[in-house]
Amino acid sequence: MNLFCIGLSHHTANVETRERFAGGAGAECTLRAAGCAEALVLATCNRVEVYGASEKRVSTDEIAQCLLQNGEVNERGHSSALPFYRYEAERCVQHLFRVASGLDSMVVGETEILGQTKKAYQSARASGAVGPCLHRLFQRAFRVAKQVRTHTEITRGSVSVGSVAVDLAQKIFGELGNCKVLVLGAGETSERTARALISRGVSDLRVSNRSNDRGQELAQRVGGKAVPFDKWAQQCREIDILITSTSSETPLLTPANLGPRLANRVDRPLFIIDIAVPRDVDPAVNEMEGVYLYDIDALRSVAEQSLAVRRQQVASAEAIIAEHVADFLEKVSNELNRVSRITGHPPVADSSLHASQL
Amino acid sequence: MGFLFQTAFLSIRGRALGRCPLTNLFEVFIFLAWSVALIYMLVGPAYRLSLMGAFTAPLVVLLQGLALIAPIDVRHPVKVPANSSLEFHASVSLVAYGAFALACIAGVMYLVQERQLKTHQLRSIFYHLPPLTDLFTAITRLLWLGFILYTVGIASGFFTGRPLPHMQVVAAIAVWLLYAAILQGRYFRRIAPKRVAALCIIGFSAALTLLWGITFSAQTHPGP
Repeated sequence: MNLFCIGLSHHTANVETRERFAGGAGAECTLRAAGCAEALVLATCNRVEVYGASEKRVSTDEIAQCLLQNGEVNERGHSSALPFYRYEAERCVQHLFRVASGLDSMVVGETEILGQTKKAYQSARASGAVGPCLHRLFQRAFRVAKQVRTHTEITRGSVSVGSVAVDLAQKIFGELGNCKVLVLGAGETSERTARALISRGVSDLRVSNRSNDRGQELAQRVGGKAVPFDKWAQQCREIDILITSTSSETPLLTPANLGPRLANRVDRPLFIIDIAVPRDVDPAVNEMEGVYLYDIDALRSVAEQSLAVRRQQVASAEAIIAEHVADFLEKVSNELNRVSRITGHPPVADSSLHASQL
Repeated sequence: MGFLFQTAFLSIRGRALGRCPLTNLFEVFIFLAWSVALIYMLVGPAYRLSLMGAFTAPLVVLLQGLALIAPIDVRHPVKVPANSSLEFHASVSLVAYGAFALACIAGVMYLVQERQLKTHQLRSIFYHLPPLTDLFTAITRLLWLGFILYTVGIASGFFTGRPLPHMQVVAAIAVWLLYAAILQGRYFRRIAPKRVAALCIIGFSAALTLLWGITFSAQTHPGP
């Protein structure tokens, strides 16, 4: 009985293909009926993978057919025409450890995949599709992912403009629950950033837009309060975070017009996120005491710095994974040899994993 | 563990001397390092500031290292008699220095974090340092704690029953006034947080200079 992983991911298949094979409810039961002693389907927006253990070799075609949504028949013929990959034994172990650690993700080091893997494991376990072999493998994968996260900086920083802005806000203000936010301009990026701030606890959100109707619409969508456009400047006395993205041709905020408004708030920082092009805020504003100005280039630069650091950390993460793969295989091999001595079965020649004996 | 050893050392030394072990610069440095560790252990968990310990440990090591390496463990030719009010004055003042030292450390952390935010150059340490507002809150509270203890320490100095050297009194009051000015500026929101952080470093440097001056002159004249 061998351990294998068959799947497709953002590396090999486009989203339409991934959707077709996303595996519906009960896919694990179907897989077991197809000959897998143990089976687990990991389906996320970027990958669909089956981890299984079987007595006889289950072909990729059979697995692909089990994964097809709504009982669709794979009319395109043989799986070689489809972008499936297949890893067995050691490579399967290594692949799972890389996936759980976020090394195989579209954004290297993202941590969501670990939660998704845990969820897939719990669901398969609840349905009885996970046996001792996959249990042991996945428990080790969770341990590896945790170690990679702790011992490297693979998850450091944020890699998208919106989350960089939110991270910076938290590094300035700590808890965002008491922060007052003004969104100036009802652009899409502003809305995304505002939503990200709301998700981290911001409750006082104000929206101001040249077109009052659009401003009110956005305020309603995000649960904020609309402020007339001719009154936005007065808000600078109160707010902690300003997100600006208007289409103004000239800067709306300069040291000259912002200075008097900050006179009575010397101990409260002001974080300005200027995502407008051309910029709404004069860069000289960043020189003012207690004001932290980030334009779109600065945010992108921070995101790129984080991504570069994550890429630099890949080698360290791979080393941790390699160590665990070797250790896992050695332990399994020792276990099998011990069992073979007791039962009189022939010992294992290599590192192939035999779930039934485990 | 280190703090326990420091306490044990001070206890043994105190028993040998028959008084609070603050008779020379060596003992003062050890007592100061102990005060820094004490204040950190008292307030550190309350503020839960990540890396505060990492910044505090080098200062403690530096103070103890100086005490061990420099030839400053000079015994007085005659045994210094115990004077409880003088010992209270000296020890409370040194614990106040411990609070000022931690405010200084938090100030350094604030300036490091603030600089990175301003320049948009976020190094690895940025992700481990606490938020600016949390650091500033800690600085303010540590300043108040240090200031109250220092006020008690200075006030008790007038009741030691000994004549006070004029220069030491002036210097001690100058340091007290500096911290009073920082707190007053903070209270009335006249000084920006960045300046408060910088002043904490200046204030502690001035306080250390004063401490060295007091202890150095005291070594030439018996006293704590």
